[in-house]
Amino acid sequence: MFARGLKRKSPEDGEDMEGGLAGARATPSYSLQRQSLLDMSLVKLQLCHMLVEPNLCRSVLIANTVRQIQEEMSQDGTWRVVAPQAAGRAPLDRLVSTDILCRSVREQEGERPAPDVGDGHTADLVPGLAVVPSAQALRSPQSSLWEVDSSRENRGGFQKSLDQIFETLENKTSGSVEELFADVDSSYYDLDAVLTGMVGSTPSAHANRCLHPASPAASLVG
Amino acid sequence: LNPIIQTRKIIYLSEIWLVVIFQQEQENKIQSHSRGEYNVYSTFQSHEPEFDYLKSLEIEEKINKIRWLPQKNAAQFLLSTNDKTIKLWKISERDKRPEGYNLKEEDGRYRDPTTVTTLRVPVFRPMDLMVEASPRRIFANAHTYHINSISINSDYETYLSADDLRINLWHLEITDRSFNIVDIKPANMEELTEVITAAEFHPNSCNTFVYSSSKGTIRLCDMRASALCDRHSKLFEEPEDPSNRSFFSEIISSISDVKFSHSGRYMMTRDYLSVKIWDLNMENRPVETYQVHEYLRSKLCSLYENDCIFDKFECCWNGSDSVVMTGSYNNFFRMFDRNTKRDITLEASRENNKPRTVLKPRKVCASGKRKKDEISVDSLDFNKKILHTAWHPKENIIAVATTNNLYIFQDKVN
Repeated sequence: MFARGLKRKSPEDGEDMEGGLAGARATPSYSLQRQSLLDMSLVKLQLCHMLVEPNLCRSVLIANTVRQIQEEMSQDGTWRVVAPQAAGRAPLDRLVSTDILCRSVREQEGERPAPDVGDGHTADLVPGLAVVPSAQALRSPQSSLWEVDSSRENRGGFQKSLDQIFETLENKTSGSVEELFADVDSSYYDLDAVLTGMVGSTPSAHANRCLHPASPAASLVG
Repeated sequence: LNPIIQTRKIIYLSEIWLVVIFQQEQENKIQSHSRGEYNVYSTFQSHEPEFDYLKSLEIEEKINKIRWLPQKNAAQFLLSTNDKTIKLWKISERDKRPEGYNLKEEDGRYRDPTTVTTLRVPVFRPMDLMVEASPRRIFANAHTYHINSISINSDYETYLSADDLRINLWHLEITDRSFNIVDIKPANMEELTEVITAAEFHPNSCNTFVYSSSKGTIRLCDMRASALCDRHSKLFEEPEDPSNRSFFSEIISSISDVKFSHSGRYMMTRDYLSVKIWDLNMENRPVETYQVHEYLRSKLCSLYENDCIFDKFECCWNGSDSVVMTGSYNNFFRMFDRNTKRDITLEASRENNKPRTVLKPRKVCASGKRKKDEISVDSLDFNKKILHTAWHPKENIIAVATTNNLYIFQDKVN
C-alpha cells in the first residue's frame, strides 16, 4: 500500500527518529527528496486542473505546499534557471522514499544542505515542467524559470503515465501556481457567478444581503 | 457510507447513492437480553444525476451530507445535499387506508352513479405499513462551489449550507431565495490560499455558527453583528508547534469536521492526526487534544503521494458529551473518554468480530517490537477507512460506516 521505495524501518531507525538522524543519511538526499515532493505536487496540481470542476480544497492545499517548497528553495539558493537540455537520465527511483521530509525541522537540523551542495546533481532531475514563480512566492529577486520541456528524452526515469500527462499538457502555457488557479476560475466559475446574481468578487461588495435567484421551476414539489 | 442516527432511526447512503433508513425494532419484552435490531425502514434515491449544459459536465448524485430535522409531528424530515443542490425530504408512514367510497370501487374505478342505491361513510382500515419518501423542497442554484456542510438552526426554521468559499442561510419554507452570510472569495482568485471546510450552527444559540478552514482555524460568527459575517466574533487557532513543522504541516492542520457538543459549551474539530476539544471561551488553544493515529506522522509523505492525506474524517460526541469518537484506517475507529482520559481502538469488520460478541480492543504498534495481536503500521490497509461515524443522541448505540458496510454497535445489555 505504501509508495514504492518506502523503506521499512528497522527498530534502530525507529528509535532514531526522535534523537536525530544517523550520520549515514547524506545531505543531498534532502534536496533530492524535496525536489521529488515538488515534482509530485506539480503533477497533482496539473491533474487537479484537468478536471472540469476541480476539488478546490485539495488544489489550494497542494498549491500552498508548492509555495512553501519554492520559498525554502529560494532561501537555499537552489531555486534557479535550469537548462532544458539537461543531460543524463533521471534515476529510476525518482520518486524515492521521501520520509525524510516527514520529519520535523528539529531532526533535520543536522542535515540541511548548504547552498549549492550537490545541486549540479539536482539540475539533471528537473522534469521540465514550466513553473514561473510569482513575485509573491519568491523573496529572492532572481526569477527562475523552468522551461517547458520541448524534448521528452530527459525525463527517462518517469513512468509512462507521467509522460502521457505531459504530452496532453504540452499546450498549456500557464506558469505559476497562481496562474493555474486563475485559469480554473475564469473558465469555470465566472459564468455561474453571473447567473446566480453574485455581483463582484470582493466581500465588501456584499454590503447588503445577496439574493440568489433560483430558477422558477425549483420551488415546491410534491 | 454516511450514517446519521436519530432516536430509533438511522439513515445511510449506499454506494449507489440511495438514502436508506433503518428503524430499530421495539424492544422485545420476552427476550429482554437483546435490544431491538435495526431493519430497513425505507429506501429512496435523493438526487438524480444532472447535466449542466453550460459547463458540459455532469453533476453527480453523490450525496455529501444528510441531516435529520427535529421531529415535530408524525412525519420525519431530512435534508440531503449533493455538490450543488439541497433537498428536503418528508418520510411518512401510512398504515391505514380509506375504504368504502360511494362513487369509487375498491380498485379505484368510478362507479356509475345511477347504480348507487345506498350511502355509506368511508372508514379507515389497517394496511401493511408503507413508508413514503417525498421531496418537499428543492434548494438550488445558490452555490458555485461544492457544498460540504449543511446545518439546521436551533430555531428549526432556518439552516445553513456551506461550500468552499461561501455560506448561505436558507429558510426551510423558501426555496427561491437564500442569504449569503459568509464570503471568503478573494477579489483575485490567484490569491486564494484558504477554503471553508465545514460549518455548523450552535445547538442553542440561533444566531451563532462556526466554520472551519483548510488552515486549521475556526471562526465563530454572530449573525446579529452584521448581514455579512465576514468579521468573526471569535477566531480559534492553536499556534503551530515549531518542532513539528514540515511541508505537510498545513495539510494535516486542515479541519475536516467541526461539531458542537450537545451542551453547546464546547466544540470538537478533527484534523488529519488528531481530535481537539475547544472551550468556546478560549480562543488561543484547545482544552483537550487526542491523538487519533500519531504513528502516521512519519508516513505523511507516502500518505500525500497516495492522497490519503486528503481524507476527510468526521467526528461525533456521545449524548452526554463525555466520550468522543472518530474513524481511522484499517476499519479502525477510536473513542476517547474525556473524564477518564482513556481511549480505545476498535475494528469494524466481519472477519474479526462475530455478531453479538464484545469487540476486542485493537492496538497499532508504532515502532519497536510488535507484540502479539498488535498490528504494525506498515500492515495497515489504507483503503479501509472509516470516515463517517454517528452516536445515538440518548443511548450507547453507534453507527460506523466502512466502504461497503454499515455497522451498528450497542452497549452490552446485561
